[in-house]
Amino acid sequence: MIKDFEHFAPKTLKEALALLAKYGDDCKVICGGQSLLILMRQGLVAPKYMVDIKGISELNYIKDEKDGLKIGATTTHRAIEKSPVIKKKYPVLVEMETRLASIQTRNWGTIGGNICHGDPAGDPVPVLIALNATLTVAGAKGKRSMPVENFSLDYFEVDLKDGELLTEIQIPVPPPRTSTVYTKFNIIESDLATVSVAASVTLGSGDGVCQNVRIALGAAAPMAIRAKKAEKVLKGKKITEALLSEAGEVAATETEPISDIAASEEYRRELVKVLVPRMTKEALARAKKA
Amino acid sequence: MKKELKFKVNGQPYDIFVEPKKLLVEVLRDLVGLTGTKRGCNSSSCGACTVMLNGMAVKSCSVLALQANGAEVVTVEGLATGNKLSPLQKAFLDHGAYQCGFCTPGMLMSSTALLAENPKPTKQQMKEGIDGNICRCTGYNSIIRAVTAVVKGEYKEAK
Repeated sequence: MIKDFEHFAPKTLKEALALLAKYGDDCKVICGGQSLLILMRQGLVAPKYMVDIKGISELNYIKDEKDGLKIGATTTHRAIEKSPVIKKKYPVLVEMETRLASIQTRNWGTIGGNICHGDPAGDPVPVLIALNATLTVAGAKGKRSMPVENFSLDYFEVDLKDGELLTEIQIPVPPPRTSTVYTKFNIIESDLATVSVAASVTLGSGDGVCQNVRIALGAAAPMAIRAKKAEKVLKGKKITEALLSEAGEVAATETEPISDIAASEEYRRELVKVLVPRMTKEALARAKKA
Repeated sequence: MKKELKFKVNGQPYDIFVEPKKLLVEVLRDLVGLTGTKRGCNSSSCGACTVMLNGMAVKSCSVLALQANGAEVVTVEGLATGNKLSPLQKAFLDHGAYQCGFCTPGMLMSSTALLAENPKPTKQQMKEGIDGNICRCTGYNSIIRAVTAVVKGEYKEAK
């Protein structure tokens, strides 16, 4: 049973921040609530006050600007999935969203809520890491920004201090000859990832050398991580099958997976070994066409 | 402390006071009195509680009732016009698209939302449309057959 709480529905960011400053540790932010309400029903989270930001329309936007894409924190998954501009310029986000839970969840759940929930098996964060995205949070003292890979701190823990709210996700325009791909391994289509991999490859002009690569792993550690050592294996080189499997082996050493109902620790490492080469190869093939 | 919730359910305006912790499914069933919407898993997995909120399919066990303030909700009771079933409802009946019937309200709402958005879905899109709804009597094939029949225009006269 969900415990009683007092409910506030601010209409502006300013009002929301004032409420968060007032109630501090006793309050919890809810947006779509698709993850939070499950925890509240289990009694794992029982706040005295809830600041409901679902109605803050100033944070609900998708903007395609010169320096990249800006997504407001209260934008629903479904709005991202259906956005023509995202489909055209950042198709990996659409591919990721269509695999995130079910249509009903995507209709009400938001990108900001998913990121702040801090589930290591969540779909958006690995993709955003591969896309080199940054996040902006606002608090009583103003705003600060950070790379998305620094935001997840631990299992269900993110870098939000008391009184802070995630406001925006920024995705830079990808360099030319870049492609980003994402997949997750799971048994039931609408489930969370057993392991997920996002890979972004940028090719040098004409020579086929991998100029830059970003590899992100979901559900392979207490939070989504970047496989930096595996990236080093590939960066600046002409990618071969041997290098790809080496990157997979190296990536598996960078993980700290858990054993749970979906898979054992060893199985998750094996998945990383298989999926990292597979997805990097896919990104490479698409970057050649880009 | 209870808060005011003003919303429309199947076109009928309601102005009620609810505890903030109440979920939409609880308010629809216990306060509005429409028990067609089923509470199944209560954890956002089974989809039996699916309703349309401002035209979008949502799982009403995973939406705070107060978030429906000012919204239009359609439940399975809102699909028929008087005694006349909606084309999908009629097709579900004709194709035996249920056995125990518990998932049916959710299946109908997900399919209705799908066809409202995309009147000509492919078979794959139909499957994706009901991806968030579980049927434990394994009636999926007959559900897809029912939706297909509506898409083909076989139930135009039922409108």
